[in-house]
Amino acid sequence: MKERIRSVLDTHGRLPVGAAALADDANLYAAGMTSHASVNVMLALEEEFDVEFPDEMLTRSAFESVDAIAGRLVALGVG
Amino acid sequence: MATIDDRRTVFLDNVSQIAAEVAAANADDVDAAARFPVETFEALREAEALSALVPSHLGGGGVELADVAAGCFTLGRSCGASGLVFAMHQIQVACLVRHANGSDWFEDYLRSLVREQRLIASVTSEIGTGGDTGRSIAAVTPAADGECTFVKQAPTVSYGAHADDFLTTLRRAPDADGGEQVAVLAARAQIELEPAGTWDPFGMRGTCSPGFTVRARFDAKQVLPQPFSTVSAQTMVPVSHLLWAHVWLGVATDAFDRARAFVRAAAKKTPGQPIPAAVRLSHLMTELSLLRGEVESALQEFLVADATPNRERLETMAAALRFNNLKIAASEQAPRVCQGAMNVCGIVGFKNDTPFSIGRQLRDAMSGALMIANERIHQTNASLLLVAKET
Ligand SMILES: Cc1cc2nc3c(=O)[nH]c(=O)nc-3n(C[C@H](O)[C@H](O)[C@H](O)COP(=O)(O)OP(=O)(O)OC[C@H]3O[C@@H](n4cnc5c(N)ncnc54)[C@H](O)[C@@H]3O)c2cc1C
Repeated sequence: MKERIRSVLDTHGRLPVGAAALADDANLYAAGMTSHASVNVMLALEEEFDVEFPDEMLTRSAFESVDAIAGRLVALGVG
Repeated sequence: MATIDDRRTVFLDNVSQIAAEVAAANADDVDAAARFPVETFEALREAEALSALVPSHLGGGGVELADVAAGCFTLGRSCGASGLVFAMHQIQVACLVRHANGSDWFEDYLRSLVREQRLIASVTSEIGTGGDTGRSIAAVTPAADGECTFVKQAPTVSYGAHADDFLTTLRRAPDADGGEQVAVLAARAQIELEPAGTWDPFGMRGTCSPGFTVRARFDAKQVLPQPFSTVSAQTMVPVSHLLWAHVWLGVATDAFDRARAFVRAAAKKTPGQPIPAAVRLSHLMTELSLLRGEVESALQEFLVADATPNRERLETMAAALRFNNLKIAASEQAPRVCQGAMNVCGIVGFKNDTPFSIGRQLRDAMSGALMIANERIHQTNASLLLVAKET
């Protein structure tokens, strides 16, 4: 799952570094992901994993690291 | 021991009295001279209204945000600039109270705010990022002696020349990304303000908001403990939009009151005759009620969201959309109401020196749409709407 998350981040996160270089718990915003890019990441994750994040889950911190994203996806029954 | 209800009543009574007796009496002069509403703020300090939001265990008024919102409305109804200055100060206080996280330095500061009734200005917008307060260029820069410094080019600092303290957004460190921000509270004695430009604006003239190059030297303890992204989502953005909107509602209500007074005066002059302006007033009441409905429902929704565990509901995109929409809707509706009031009153509304003058209210209300440009907020909303499901 984390590989697929990293691939979404590489395509949509507009990070200055490849997602492979980031630890699972590295903060993506500190790594340069903007709020605007994070929205595209959320959309792409919904598409990639065929889920819909409910509004309560759509917060800044829910998408702040690969671990945080994986946790949300697991909570939605992925993996 | 005063109960919370006693404290709220005292606060609201004091603000109402100051609005009616001091702010209203000076509003035209404040506007004409583009001068700071000194008398209003002397009276608010005397009533300890500047520390209303500081919890009572730190000596403050311990009133609720809803009371301060009511105070912003009341002051705005007498003098838009006084209302806006009061609102901006309370926004800064709310950020400190809600995000100091038990820091000794900030708790001591809040006690001194109560004792000295200190006024806090805000240095969030910046030349180069404009109204995008989520990004900074200036950074907290470590100095050789263990202190920190910053230099920020600020396009607009309301009451900068009258404030005791300055809450400034900055990048966390010289090598931090633009979005990795903190807020720093520095006292006037630690700040050098180099004026950059004049202040002769269209409206909200009494806020005295020229540009400055702001230079500061301060201790690392003066950095607000929580990251600004949290402060911004949970407090600065929603509370700003709520308190500003209450001021604009106050300004629009003042315009409506004047239109109503005009129609009543006309009715008394020609009893029994139909009064076309009365029908316009009825249309205007509908417009005002839409504004009031938006502002009051947003306040209730904020209070509900704020009561969720860890304020998590305030962190959601749905909440961001809600309070962004409040800002856009209220800042567009308030000038519409003022313009409608001018149409009710006709030429005596257009003139600046009649009891029915609406010029000041209309000009003041028009500041809302560019105080963080609405188009910018629409851009943000457009993006949030792609993923948010409700609202
Ligand atoms: C009465 C008053 C008091 C104020 N007091 C303070 C204060 O005390 N402290 C403080 O920090 N600031 C204060 N401000 C400043 C205010 O909050 C804004 O930051 C500032 O007005 C933005 O400047 P701007 O309009 O030049 O810049 P911008 O936000 O850059 O906007 C310029 C223009 O570009 C457009 N634009 C920019 N970006 C976008 C985008 N992404 N999408 C679409 N359109 C865009 C806008 O619509 C606008 O037309 C005050 C403003 C007012 C009116």
